[in-house]
Amino acid sequence: MSGAPLLEVSGLCMRFGGLLAVNEVALRVEEGQIVSLIGPNGAGKTTVFNCLTGFYKPSAGSIRFRGEEVSGLPGFKLARKGMVRTFQHVRLFKQMSVVENLLVAQHQHLNTNMLAGLFKTLNYRRAEREAMERAAWWLDRLGLTDVANRTAGTLAYGQQRRLEIARCMVTRPTLLMLDEPAAGLNPKETADLQELIAELRDEQGLSILLIEHDMKLVMGISDHVVVINQGCPLADGTPEEVRRHPDVIKAYLGET
Amino acid sequence: MMLRNLKPALISAVVVVILSGLLMGIRLQQQGTGLVLIGGGMDVAVKIGAAALFIFLFNLFRDHLTALWNRVPALPRTPAAISILAARPAAHRLMWCFIIAAAVIWPFLTNRSNIDLATLVLIYVMLGLGLNIVVGLAGLLDLGYVGFYAVGAYTYALLSMYFGIGFWTGLVAAGAMAALFGFLLGFPVLRLRGDYLAIVTLGFGEIIRILLNNFTSLTNGPNGIGNIPKPDLFGLEFSRRASEGAQTFHEFFGIDFNSVHRVMFLYFLALVLVLFTLFVINRLLRMPVGRAWEALREDEVACRSLGINPTAVKLNAFTIGATFAGFAGCFFAARQGFISPESFTFIESAIILAIVVLGGMGSQLGVILAAIIMTLLPEIARQFDEYRMLLFGLLMVLMMIWRPQGLLPMKRPHLELKS
Repeated sequence: MSGAPLLEVSGLCMRFGGLLAVNEVALRVEEGQIVSLIGPNGAGKTTVFNCLTGFYKPSAGSIRFRGEEVSGLPGFKLARKGMVRTFQHVRLFKQMSVVENLLVAQHQHLNTNMLAGLFKTLNYRRAEREAMERAAWWLDRLGLTDVANRTAGTLAYGQQRRLEIARCMVTRPTLLMLDEPAAGLNPKETADLQELIAELRDEQGLSILLIEHDMKLVMGISDHVVVINQGCPLADGTPEEVRRHPDVIKAYLGET
Repeated sequence: MMLRNLKPALISAVVVVILSGLLMGIRLQQQGTGLVLIGGGMDVAVKIGAAALFIFLFNLFRDHLTALWNRVPALPRTPAAISILAARPAAHRLMWCFIIAAAVIWPFLTNRSNIDLATLVLIYVMLGLGLNIVVGLAGLLDLGYVGFYAVGAYTYALLSMYFGIGFWTGLVAAGAMAALFGFLLGFPVLRLRGDYLAIVTLGFGEIIRILLNNFTSLTNGPNGIGNIPKPDLFGLEFSRRASEGAQTFHEFFGIDFNSVHRVMFLYFLALVLVLFTLFVINRLLRMPVGRAWEALREDEVACRSLGINPTAVKLNAFTIGATFAGFAGCFFAARQGFISPESFTFIESAIILAIVVLGGMGSQLGVILAAIIMTLLPEIARQFDEYRMLLFGLLMVLMMIWRPQGLLPMKRPHLELKS
């Protein structure tokens, strides 16, 4: 696998009837990198995400994950390969408890054999215990242990955001895709989030693809930034390069 | 306030007079070759007048009535003490022990027809619990559940008719067959959701019934299948005289023959089947698949993004639900001794669904309670004759007003993180 990037997208197009929402977008995420996707509202960032995670079937282009062509695969299969995403609007299982949210997320790793569960075999019990331990570890890691048995819908917004990240992490992803994780967070929480993302990358060896409007966050942690505007790629490079790019300043960042 | 209501009240009263006057006051009668109009008698006129007056007064005073209505206390909530007790697993277990003990002792204290009725209740409990998986837990509205019930019943009836298979083998076969049908029907259907799913399952239920009705060469059509053998207890029969090579229950134990024994045996058999169903469902609830059903009901998109295959999980729920309908169907066929497509009409699906909704989606104790009410109500209200369905409807409407969440809303066993 050496040399090949973790995720390589080229010529990605998504057409809704007469509307070309995404046009020839290309991006690559190397292992251990944090890559940000930025652009004005309606630029097609979330559409790109939806294509990458199998919610849309792209009209054209190739998506290679660990060198394997994955475009057009259903979402759950992509998730099982290790590409897991969060949503722009938090999508938790609101009626379930926090810890159950994390157990559901581990479904693919659990012993789902009916008979094993009915007779509570040793193997099954061990798998359940391990799932619980993993959930507990991540709750602790994200500072959610106090609310572990609360119903997810009753958490504060910032906690829900963190729970969503924890829920992704228990699936043991290799590429974490965050869709505006800082939306609705206060400056303190955003700073914590920035720290968390960097730590996840360093501790867990994750690669991260990020959509974000908070420029401080983006410029602070990204290794690479891709800018799209009206569905088309506008610029791409290191944060410094992008910040000084005249087109980006005109279309998105604005003169300062 | 009354003046404001006067006009609508007058209008409604006039509408009542016109409508009921036309419907009840005037009759067409044949005289020779022609038809003549005959006015109703004095009593009809009085009744119509009374109805109109009632409607008039009701509309005139409706604001006062609403105020009165609001003062009627809502149905008592489950008292806090009970909820706290019920939340404790030990108390929970104790409660179930009492219920089971009561169910075991009860038939010895009552008469034959009551036991028979209780057996019917248990069949509906089983059906309700099965449908509860599909509707209450997985959130898939299935209006054709009776189809799987029919598949189970006919599987046993046909196997015993053509191959002379006994009840216990038939039970397994019926469950397997219903599961197979659930699986096959689920495949194309489950990509639909909500209303569309409901309509398609409704169609499937009807297709199965019509197929059974018209496939005369195999199923005997509308004439049904009779002489379905009764269940036996480890080879002991519950008849006066044993068939060839078999022994009867009363001979084996050296007691006098009593036809109540069989009724009681059927009751206990149903009870065992219900307990088995409860056990399996309770385990499933705590298993990954149970959690996945719940998660799927809440947010399918999030499930997909976490690597859960929604179709597989739904199919699972559909198949398991169908299996229990198959068991219930087999037992039903054995108990009745005769089945025909008549027994598997849409109204059965509706009743089972009503049991699930009335009981509180997903709640097992609720389903049991609702099954008892729904089965006993028509029996108790027998003297009301054709107004029975009206009573039924009234109950549903009142329930939806008072307790839209069902009799005993579901309290799912939450997994707790122990510190």
